[in-house]
This record gives sequence, structure tokens and C-alpha cells, in this order.
Amino acid sequence: MLDTRYRVEIPGGIHLEAQVVGPIARCFAFLVDLVIRGLIVIALMLASIPLGISGMGGGFALIFLFIIEWLYPVLFEVMARGQTPGKKLLGIAVVNDDLSPVTPGTSLVRNLLRTVDFLPFCYLAGLVTMLSNRRFQRLGDLAAGTLVVSTPGSAKAAPIDDVRPLAPPTTLLRNEQTAIVNFLQRGSQLSQPRQQELAAILEGITHEKGEDGVERLHRIGAWFLGMR
Amino acid sequence: MKQHEFEARHAALWQQIDAALEKPAQGDNSERLAEYYLPLCQQLAIAKERMYDSALVDRLNNRVLGLYRELYRYRADTRLNFYAFFWRDFPLAIYRHRFFILAALLVMVLPGLVTGAWTYFDDEAIYSVLDSSQVRHMERIYDPEAQTLGRERESDTDILMFGFYIKNNISVAFRCFAGGLLLGIGTLFVLFFNGMFMGGIAGHLTRLDYVDTFYPFVVGHGSFELTAIVFSGAAGLRLGYAILNPGQWRRLESLRRAGREVVPMLYGIVLMLIIAAFIEAFWSSSASLPIAVKYSVGAALWALVLLYAFSGRRHEPR
Repeated sequence: MLDTRYRVEIPGGIHLEAQVVGPIARCFAFLVDLVIRGLIVIALMLASIPLGISGMGGGFALIFLFIIEWLYPVLFEVMARGQTPGKKLLGIAVVNDDLSPVTPGTSLVRNLLRTVDFLPFCYLAGLVTMLSNRRFQRLGDLAAGTLVVSTPGSAKAAPIDDVRPLAPPTTLLRNEQTAIVNFLQRGSQLSQPRQQELAAILEGITHEKGEDGVERLHRIGAWFLGMR
Repeated sequence: MKQHEFEARHAALWQQIDAALEKPAQGDNSERLAEYYLPLCQQLAIAKERMYDSALVDRLNNRVLGLYRELYRYRADTRLNFYAFFWRDFPLAIYRHRFFILAALLVMVLPGLVTGAWTYFDDEAIYSVLDSSQVRHMERIYDPEAQTLGRERESDTDILMFGFYIKNNISVAFRCFAGGLLLGIGTLFVLFFNGMFMGGIAGHLTRLDYVDTFYPFVVGHGSFELTAIVFSGAAGLRLGYAILNPGQWRRLESLRRAGREVVPMLYGIVLMLIIAAFIEAFWSSSASLPIAVKYSVGAALWALVLLYAFSGRRHEPR
């Protein structure tokens, strides 16, 4: 089954879930970072000219070049909660495989091994590896024990105050109740015809058709939520 | 309890948590976050158990995740970390990698000795190892007739060369390590060819009797540089070996464990190569110092490195 959910038990005795991120978003994040790195390098070259390119300026430029080439992702991942600027833009972050933030050690390993992921060209080895495991880990991730997950935005619940709750005409099981509540919560994401289609399945409970059926189901959902 | 009531009861706490997570960088609020953590875990567990609506469970899940990340985020206590690293972790890592270090050493030194002997006894041999422009370059650098070692040196140029050595040498070490993921083959290649080149050059320059320029130059920084390259080879071989012979672990798990174990080696390698670059740029290159001084300092540096490298065993817990 294709499922990007990644579950892990954490201290506190509960299971946390995160969504692992596939090659496309990671590729875009990489390209954004590539542009940023390019700009930094150009700025660096310009800045080192006054210091003398064959002397002090050149020396500092080479050191910075080394840092940009090898340590740019490590620095950002460690300092900025697993996010290089590109990853931040795409809303993804590197984490250890227990969903804790990357440590310098794991970040260093995954980024040094980038060299191998790049082989034979254009991250082909990394891509193949990523697509052949469930967690979309490239070789460096496998060795470091890291993965890339999406950082959830703070999704606000749609207010449902305008629904008058209605007691259900019959006893319903827990998961049935949950289904009806979810139907109510996601009402704004579904088209009216689709909602009616779904509500029609429960005509035996609502005893209404079309829009009225949808409305009645919403009201039952509100009742299950505990509104009175 | 119905979901609506549940949400109303905890809404205030959730707002506080969201606010605290919005600006986590402000001071150390980890104590406050820790207070939120367990209640929130419990609420998530309850919400799941009572099968509250999945959007609520998701929101709680993300809040716990946010708190968890803040609480377990890496906090740099550099001074303490460095002390423990320098006096325990790195020597211990060296000790634990001893067989890989020995293997890496042999893979580098044996081809070096063979090539060295070959270029020493055969005038033409060096051209099989390096192309002629490189040979000419080497001969010019170490020509005893030259006033300075290699390049026209001013302090400015020293800094340039320092940057060059940093970039070049550490990149080689990193690639040598990374090659280990290719079942160790990449690492073996880097070690083998580096050994071959270095041996070849040393043999050739000895043959030309450039002994008094070449060896005093390399002896100082060689201590840190060559050792660090061997260490990076050992770290790479560790990765390759973890895949080839996982023992009681699954191959992926074995690789992951190796990936964690080599970390102190990587830090150490970077540190050693920075020191090496410093020595190479500011000490090795100075032509005014007597050869005897250079050899004594070189010997002292080698003794220091070897003493340190062999000091790890006592840290191994029994």
C-alpha cells in the first residue's frame, strides 16, 4: 500500500505520526538551495577581490567555498530545526528516524554521503534508493538514520457553530459516529453533489433526500460532537 | 465526554502551547514546554481512544510533534562536548576502528611502498603514475636550487594555501569516507591511488636527491594529514563492512548503526585536517628554518599523533 504516514512511539507512551516526503518536493528544495548557494558563492567571489584573489581574499574564499560545498546543509539542518532555506520554503524538514530533530552527527553523515547519492549523475542512485523504500530515504538517509517529513502548518478547524444539533434516531457505533463527525468537519471540502451522494447512503437513518439529507447528517454530527 | 466539551475544556491550554511554539526561540522556555508535554500526550491518547474526529487528532498530533521537537532539539554545549570529544569520544572511536584503520593503512601504504620502490629504481616509472606536466611541477617545487619551497611565499600566500589545503584535503577525506557506502570499494580506490601517488612522488624525488627539500616539507603536516586520511578510509570501510557483514542485524540496521558510530571519526578527521592545513601553510613551507628543526618538530608531531591515537583503549568500558 502506498502510504506516506510514518508512525513512531515516543516518550510519553503515544504514537506520533508524520508524513514522509517524496523526491519531487525534495528536488525542488534542493534546487532552491542550489540557487542560494550559487548566489552566496558569487557574492563571496566579489567580496574577496579587494582582499587580493591570490592572497588573503583567495584563502578565505576557498575556505568559504569548502563550507558552502560540504557544510551548507549541515549548518542549516542543525541550527534551523532540520530546515535549509529550500526545505523551509517547501515546508519539509529533516528528522531522525524517531522524529526527533537532527543532531550534528546524523546531519553530517547524511550530507557527506550525498556524494554517493549523486552517482552516477544527477542523484540517480539517491532517487532509485528513495523510490525503493517506504520512507523515501536516500542512501545518506539510510546510513544516518534520518528521513524527510513535511512540517505541518497549523490547520484551523472550520467553525461549525451554525449547525443545530439533532439527536440521532438510533444507536450508532463509535466508528460510525466518527464517520458522521468527519463528514460534518469536511463539509467545506466536498462539493454539494458529492455530499448529497454520500448522505444518500445513510437515507435509512436520516429519512431525507438531497440537501435535506446532508443537513440532517450535519446536525447529527454536531450532536455527536457534543453540541447541545 | 463529548468532543465539543473536550475541546472547550482544553482550548486555553492549546492556545498557550500554540503561542509558545510560534516563537520557540525566545529564551529558554523548555521548562514550560515540558509542563505542557505530558498533559498533551494524554489528551492525544484520549482523543484517539474516544475516536474523536480525525482533524482534532491531527491537530493534537502536530502539537505534540512540535513540543517533542522543541524538547528534544539539539542544544549545543560546545565546551563540554568538545572536552568529552577530545579526551574520550575520539580516542575511543579510534580504538574501536582499529582493525579498519589497520586495513586502510595497508591499502594505502603497500601500493605506496611498491610504487615508491619502482620510481626510485626506474627513471621512467614516474611517468606511468603522473603525467609529465605534473612531474615537472613536482620537480620545480622541490628543486633545492629554488630559494623558497615551491611557491613565492608571502604571508598572504600562506593564507591562500591554507584555504586551498582545507578545501582540497578535507574534500578528499570526505570522498574517501563516502566511497565506503559503495561496499567499501570507493574508499579502497581513494586509499590505493593516494598511496600510489604519494609513494611514486617520494620515490622519484628521492631518486633525484631532493631529499633535503621534500622530506622536511612533508614530515610536519604529514603526521596529521596522512593519519586523518587513513582514519577517513577506516570510517568508510566501516560503512562498507556493515553492509557486507551485518552480523546479527538486518543490513539496513547494521548500516545505520555504523553511520552513528563513525561520527566521532568524522569530527576528528576534520579537526586533524584543519591542523594539518595550518601546519602545511604556515610551518612546512618556511624555507628559512634549519632542516634539523623541521625534522625534530616533525618527529614531535608524529609522536603526539601516535600517542593520541593509541590512547583510546582505556576508555573502552569493560
